[in-house]
Amino acid sequence: MALERWIALAFVALCCIYGYAAFFTMDHLLPAILQRNPIWPSTFPKILSVLGVIVGLAVLFSAKPSKAAEADTTKEPSAEDIDHRRLGDYNIGQALSLLALMVAYALLLRPVGFVGATILFLALGGSILGERKFHILIPVAAIATGTIWYLVHEVLGIFLRPWPAFLM
Amino acid sequence: MLEGLLLGLAAAITPFHLAMVVFGCVIGTIIGMLPGLGPMSIIAIMIPVAIGLGDPTGALILLSGVYYGAIFGGSTSSILLNAPGVAGTVATAFDGYPMAQKGQAGKALTIAAIASFAGGTIGAILLMIFAPALSSVALLFHSAEYFALMVVGLSAIAAFAGTGQVAKALMMTILGLIMGTVGEGALSNMPRFTFGIMELQSGFSFITLAMAMFALPEALFLVLNPARGTQSGSGGEIKDLRITKDEARKIAPVIGRQSVQGFFIGVLPGAGATIASFLGYAVERNIAKGAEQAEFGKGSIKGLAAPETANNAACTGSFVPLLTLGIPGSGTTAILLGALIALNVTPGPRLMTDKPDVFWAVIISMYIGNLVLLVLNLPLIPYIAKLLTIPRAYLIPFILFFTLMGSYIGQNNVTELLILVSFGVVATILRFADYPLAPLLIGFILGTMMEDNFARAMQLYRGFGFILERPMTLGLLILAVGLVFLPAYRARRARLRQVGVADGD
Repeated sequence: MALERWIALAFVALCCIYGYAAFFTMDHLLPAILQRNPIWPSTFPKILSVLGVIVGLAVLFSAKPSKAAEADTTKEPSAEDIDHRRLGDYNIGQALSLLALMVAYALLLRPVGFVGATILFLALGGSILGERKFHILIPVAAIATGTIWYLVHEVLGIFLRPWPAFLM
Repeated sequence: MLEGLLLGLAAAITPFHLAMVVFGCVIGTIIGMLPGLGPMSIIAIMIPVAIGLGDPTGALILLSGVYYGAIFGGSTSSILLNAPGVAGTVATAFDGYPMAQKGQAGKALTIAAIASFAGGTIGAILLMIFAPALSSVALLFHSAEYFALMVVGLSAIAAFAGTGQVAKALMMTILGLIMGTVGEGALSNMPRFTFGIMELQSGFSFITLAMAMFALPEALFLVLNPARGTQSGSGGEIKDLRITKDEARKIAPVIGRQSVQGFFIGVLPGAGATIASFLGYAVERNIAKGAEQAEFGKGSIKGLAAPETANNAACTGSFVPLLTLGIPGSGTTAILLGALIALNVTPGPRLMTDKPDVFWAVIISMYIGNLVLLVLNLPLIPYIAKLLTIPRAYLIPFILFFTLMGSYIGQNNVTELLILVSFGVVATILRFADYPLAPLLIGFILGTMMEDNFARAMQLYRGFGFILERPMTLGLLILAVGLVFLPAYRARRARLRQVGVADGD
């Protein structure tokens, strides 16, 4: 089964769960006074879940091969196109490492502080992508981090803790 | 009117007020380029400065300058990085980013600057002429019509998604609407679909979703396939800035139509720049013929000029209800209203008679603001476009960092970053399967407004009666149904015709 049909199937499943939550779990929580209203918090979700199932099934049973697949059979795809069946040829390791780095940044931002976490993120991100000139990479990361922190914290007045909590 | 214009001219062209226009435009453009800070937050940040001036005219001129600057700055990040920081510039990324990928970043920015200028200036002329009359028409639109108008907008976006893509676009729209229902609704304070997660109580943030849908998959694609985007190396060259005569002839009618359409949509309270830009894009795509229509979404200059003109014209239009009725039509104008009241000016029907100098000075400052933006930005475009020539080992971590910052600054919440990464992965998979992501984001943005208006109409008419009792609503809803089924009908006819030919053979 093509990827787009799997996605349509997942969408129909999501709409079923969403619809179940809207039809069977929300209304009894509603205070009696609100039950006299012509519209309940569950009304709009109920309509959406029904529409979602209909449209999801339409895609599931009518999906044609994607454009990329057509292109694959008729002509050589351009080097810029992205096609999931050629995933093995791509730098999948780099992409996954960068995603892991983003998650690590999210988890370390508070404990390490903005300055440390951001310099680490930019420098490690650059080195994952193959930059080996650390004498350029690290100063660039540090200057950019300092400038952004100054702009956001000092000029705009949005709080960003620069250093780890135990230093402040 | 001439007397008022002269009065406004005299008030606006003082060295102090001119300095305020320039200052506002510069600050707005610079901060607007940072994804995550939309005009609303920038104006909120600038309010203390504006009130500190102590002069209502100067304050309003400064804040309007910031507003235009922010919208233009938002277009820059949409075009260069596919990272729309503002809902109103999402449609700009549809064709602006493909143009930048083709190495036409300079041209795209020039078209954006000129379209914004034209939209803003024509909008200001229309504001001057129509302000008093329009305020009464805007009041005729009730919640039922707003609801129907949004249904039309969403169906139009899905309907023009391209052959074979309509059902998929509809599916994405509904997914966006579903995501919009997560969190506390306006209808009651009951949290919905939060699964007990505290952070979801206020719903998903628009910025997080916009970053996850556009910027993150694009950055991941650049990593996955280094061949992608290599052509953009020429993006910084100045020769790309020029628009040929032929191109100017192509976009001129688009700019003309969208200035007018965008302005009138902006006048409707609650509609604003976002709906204006999406509808503008959809309408132009529908009007375009053959090859030009196929070009939309792949770097069409018309597809870039339409939303850029419409959102600026709508920004001007949104001043109509604010200045003439005292009703803010959007979040941004609501903040402006707060600032005006703090300065002891009460916008409303009496503003034009009680404080004509404020009213006309603001209108005059709109012309000056648009001119300043153009003069300021055109020479800077080659330098802004140079951003794309930064080596990818530096550019990609910075794009990822700005997406993270964008969703962090608004919420100050680490969970938001984890949501961003998860949605980014889902969006990348959806892009792999050729699902359009713009309808998802549009559904999400319009979903809350749509449900509010739907709820209000249901309460007023005690049920679904509003559909039949209000002819304009019924008409709009029929149009929406037609828009969705028309492509399916056309495709079926084309198929039958092919079969017929085959039979004949």
